[in-house]
Amino acid sequence: MLTTVIYLSMLMFGISLLLNFFRLLRGPDAVDRILALDTLYINGLALLVIFGLLLNSRLFFEAALLIALFGFFSTVVLCKYLLRGDIIE
Amino acid sequence: MSVWIEYAVAFFLLVGSAFALVGSIGLHRFPDFFMRLHGPAKATTLGVGCVLIASMLYFSSQHEGLHVHELLITLFLMLSAPVSAYMLAKAAVQQQVKTFNRKD
Amino acid sequence: MSRARWLTHPLGSLGLLIVWLLLVDDFTSIGHWLLGGFLGLLIPRLTSTWWPRLPRVRSWKQLFVFSQHMLTDIVVANFQVARLALGRVDNLQPIWIEVPYELESDLAIYLLASAISLAPGTVAASVDRERSLLTVHALHCEDEQALIAEIKQRYEQPLREVFTCLPQ
Repeated sequence: MLTTVIYLSMLMFGISLLLNFFRLLRGPDAVDRILALDTLYINGLALLVIFGLLLNSRLFFEAALLIALFGFFSTVVLCKYLLRGDIIE
Repeated sequence: MSVWIEYAVAFFLLVGSAFALVGSIGLHRFPDFFMRLHGPAKATTLGVGCVLIASMLYFSSQHEGLHVHELLITLFLMLSAPVSAYMLAKAAVQQQVKTFNRKD
Repeated sequence: MSRARWLTHPLGSLGLLIVWLLLVDDFTSIGHWLLGGFLGLLIPRLTSTWWPRLPRVRSWKQLFVFSQHMLTDIVVANFQVARLALGRVDNLQPIWIEVPYELESDLAIYLLASAISLAPGTVAASVDRERSLLTVHALHCEDEQALIAEIKQRYEQPLREVFTCLPQ
């Protein structure tokens, strides 16, 4: 039963990734694209964790943690770039 | 693995992916940027949190001992999601993003 | 060396120890407890110049009340966002409101803004330190004053009691 549920939630996360990707392509503003990217990496992280469940492997934890850290920093840096026009002051 | 833990893992996985999907649908459907901000800021955070809880339960029952290191990712997302929402909203206010109004 | 210099931030040291144990995912080995404890003592000491002045927690009971409100509201917020996102989006009436706050420390303002962002229907968008105003975007709101009153009563009131009168 669990395998079916894992495939089902992978499907749902896949649809979420597609919706985020549409928003990333469509825009209309730069902030919309940053928001779409932000959601995209969080959903991608969850998909990676579910893949780890499917393979019964704990190796994906480090990758997921790094995606969370770098994704947050990249969102903040991109917002800073929009706010100031410069990253390093 | 006992049946109850299997049910709990399945429940958290389904609830989590449903919330993440709802957040993404919100991101796709809402008409202006500030409304789109609400979906990812709330639904996606809790959705991914539920998936990580499912993963914690699963690995703690599969392997010897307690494996709760996914808690770190959950806590980090809970702390960082409001900050990134705040930064995005600030950038959008400065960029003068178009807002949606029912009256128009 | 006096105890006060080693344990400049007791909660920070404890937090670092817990983070280290979670990171290596091993609660049984003594070596990791020692290494985590060593890092927990060393890192706050080396970085103590950059730590902001943290307010003292006066009332743990109110902190508990605040976190309880937040946990229930995160779940409520998700169902509300789900209802609004799957329903008719054209009927929504988003508005901007300004919430005056009476908190002083950065940490308390951060907690208030995070609580607002995770609460049902609202996202904090900007903080005005000079006029003590928090600009908040609400997804769907009929009654502006009631929303402001609810935010003040539900989140700011416990926070004000947690961090009363800053030690300067």
